[in-house]
Amino acid sequence: MDIFSNIAIGLETALSWNNLFYCFLGVFLGTLVGVIPGIGVLSAISMLFPITFYLDPTTALIMLAGIWYGTSYGGNTASILLNIPGTPANAVTCLDGYPMARQGRGGVALLMTTVASFTGSTIGILLLMLFAPTIAKYALSFGSAEYFALMVLGLVAASTISDGSAVKGLAMVVLGIMFGTVGADIYTGTPRFSFGVLELTDAISLIALAMGIFGVAEVIASVRNVHPGDIDRESVTFRAMKPTKDDMRRSWFPMLRGSSIGAFFGTLPGTGPSVAAFMAYAMEKRVAREPKRFGKGAIEGIMAPESANNSADQTSFIPTLSLGIPGSPTMALMLGALMIHGIAPGPSLMTDQPSLFWGLIMSFWIGNVLLVILNVPLIGVWVRLLMIPYHLLFPAVLMFICIGTYSVNNSSFEVWLVVFFGFLGYSMRIFDFPAAPLLLGFVLGPMMEEHFRRAMLLSRGNFSTFIDRPISAVVMALTAMLLVWGVWSALKQRKRSRANLAPDPAGAS
Amino acid sequence: MKTLAASLTLATALAVMPQMAGAQDYPTQPITIVVPFTAGGPTDTVTRLVAQAMSADLGQQIVVENVGGAGGTLGAGRVAQAQPDGYTLLLHHIGMATSATLYRELPFNALEDFEYVGLVTEVPMVMVGRPDLEAETLEDVINFVREGGEDVMYANAGIGAASHLCGLLFMEAIDTQMTTIPYQGTGPAVTDLMGGQVDLMCDQTTNTTPQINEGSIKAFAVTVPERVESLPDVPTGAEAGIDGFEVSIWHGVYAPKGTPEEIVQRLSQSLQVALADETVIARFGDLGTVPSPAEDATPEALQAKVQSEIDLWRPIIEAAGVYAN
Repeated sequence: MDIFSNIAIGLETALSWNNLFYCFLGVFLGTLVGVIPGIGVLSAISMLFPITFYLDPTTALIMLAGIWYGTSYGGNTASILLNIPGTPANAVTCLDGYPMARQGRGGVALLMTTVASFTGSTIGILLLMLFAPTIAKYALSFGSAEYFALMVLGLVAASTISDGSAVKGLAMVVLGIMFGTVGADIYTGTPRFSFGVLELTDAISLIALAMGIFGVAEVIASVRNVHPGDIDRESVTFRAMKPTKDDMRRSWFPMLRGSSIGAFFGTLPGTGPSVAAFMAYAMEKRVAREPKRFGKGAIEGIMAPESANNSADQTSFIPTLSLGIPGSPTMALMLGALMIHGIAPGPSLMTDQPSLFWGLIMSFWIGNVLLVILNVPLIGVWVRLLMIPYHLLFPAVLMFICIGTYSVNNSSFEVWLVVFFGFLGYSMRIFDFPAAPLLLGFVLGPMMEEHFRRAMLLSRGNFSTFIDRPISAVVMALTAMLLVWGVWSALKQRKRSRANLAPDPAGAS
Repeated sequence: MKTLAASLTLATALAVMPQMAGAQDYPTQPITIVVPFTAGGPTDTVTRLVAQAMSADLGQQIVVENVGGAGGTLGAGRVAQAQPDGYTLLLHHIGMATSATLYRELPFNALEDFEYVGLVTEVPMVMVGRPDLEAETLEDVINFVREGGEDVMYANAGIGAASHLCGLLFMEAIDTQMTTIPYQGTGPAVTDLMGGQVDLMCDQTTNTTPQINEGSIKAFAVTVPERVESLPDVPTGAEAGIDGFEVSIWHGVYAPKGTPEEIVQRLSQSLQVALADETVIARFGDLGTVPSPAEDATPEALQAKVQSEIDLWRPIIEAAGVYAN
């Protein structure tokens, strides 16, 4: 079998002391960067990029990739413990992770998300190993019509992502979409809502928005109601990490579903871990028997997105490595590291540079095992983060948020944006507007617009392009089914609750 | 505005007076080169290669700082306002000249706010098409475009991008309009080209060479007077019988206006040394380009280039009526 000899070549490369060291360094830094809110993977990789000059290209890539998938392991820590997403891809984990921590189950949440991350990665790597060229070819058949259809499906599926007032949720999606329209229109160059500020013609950065709305707002809110000794010490012991049988049982399917969703979105250049995590969460809530448990510490609500973002992290290497086309700015950086060493990333990479390609993939396995080894004992340490007095913890968090947003473009403007979104986020909390739908609208809105308009341009204004193209048609049909099902189940529920109410209105609740 | 700019220049000139004394032993501290794009892109790669070689010659570390945004104008604006002491430089590409027309409001003036150090490289571009396009030569492509007109889909990487400029020039050269499909960056544009969603594109060899050699996209012509080493089978525009289809993505090094003459000369000399460096030549070759010859790596050559390119692109961009702000 060919695959075995490839694995052998890969292991030989990945297990050399040097590569092992840089793999460890990468995942260690990745975890750290993930845990610290604000410093995203892009800023971390750009800061470390110059080092890759002095490294062998395989080693350089192993290290950079380690940072990339390592952040998804670390990123959920702050989401769960502090309600501040470590990276935008972990934002949705806050919804159920933080309630779990409040219930003293922070240790369980951290342990289980490590399992979820590992499962997601495993599935992603397997796909990468076995089917990379096939998947890449398949991904090419996705044009703008297909992307648009997927975005619609996503938005419909995720419409129930937050609880509470549907009107408020919808308002936040729209607000998110509106923030997404800021910047130069990519089709005409017309600046939209930029108010003459040159920085705004580049659109609002996702990091600045997420860190403001989730991070800064959370800090302000926590400062207002600090209760010393809020976290009971019991919840941070090693024993408290042990998941219950019920946790285990509930986790299996969300993990598998999350991994598949993540793997799918990872292979499409342009989407990525953030979209994948949102979709996985939405999916879980849709299929759950008791959707009401979500948002109150349902373990499914952390397992699905955390396996999805890791799975997407791994499969996003499929288009990058097998087509030579970066699906995200981070991937572009990694290809840049190859180009600096005179290696042309492209379809021939697998055959021309087998030790690089397979060495990298094998390093993913090693890196993920290292991450589990690194993370499980660290959980105790992370949870103790909460023991840090807030007057030390919060200024530190704010500082890291500022550094992180500044470092992406070395621009202080982005820091001001964080301040703006911090106040917005805090006001939203006071008036009980949910933040997740806003982020969803912000991520999906501009993509929908871009793909819709491109699909229209390509079809010369013919709307039937969404139905004529088979993949798009299937996705659209799924969306329609989901809508019908949603309306139907809502009606059924209403009828049932009315039936319950009828005989004894007072005793219904 | 002019008096304000003048007094500002004077003020900064006064502020740096003490440092000017040290121009002879320049450089005495690390130098920063600003790249007005994110790390990892072609311009960034070019900068890092050159910076490394120049730093060896100057005996000081050179730090590359990525100040991305607004088509490179934010980074250029920052350097225009930096201390003219030779410790903050800019490496920018053709956008230095095109932004003068593409942006109706700019925080700098390409002709007045900089000292020119020299040209670095001129990256050729190549006209490419989807793999199943029924055209083998540039002539076929021209016929295809003339027949199809606006049914032909031309992809570019965004307004002001190299691929956008190349498309404008091509349409002007053959005097036919295609439908332009903008993307956010080269990656998604090339993906859609490979997937056959769009018909044509023209981008830097740095972005397209691997896919061409692999056969996943078709190449028709390079946009420079001579064939490119990494694409020996692809004819030049002139060979393929079309005049006025010459464009390259040239890169230059700049210093803020008022940087002392001897420092600029020292930098220019160091740039020439760097461009003769074997590693730089080899890596540039991998990127599908060659370093500029020593006579172009001079302040005069770069200044002339900026001036002539502003004049070249202004009517083309104005005729197309697209602006980035």
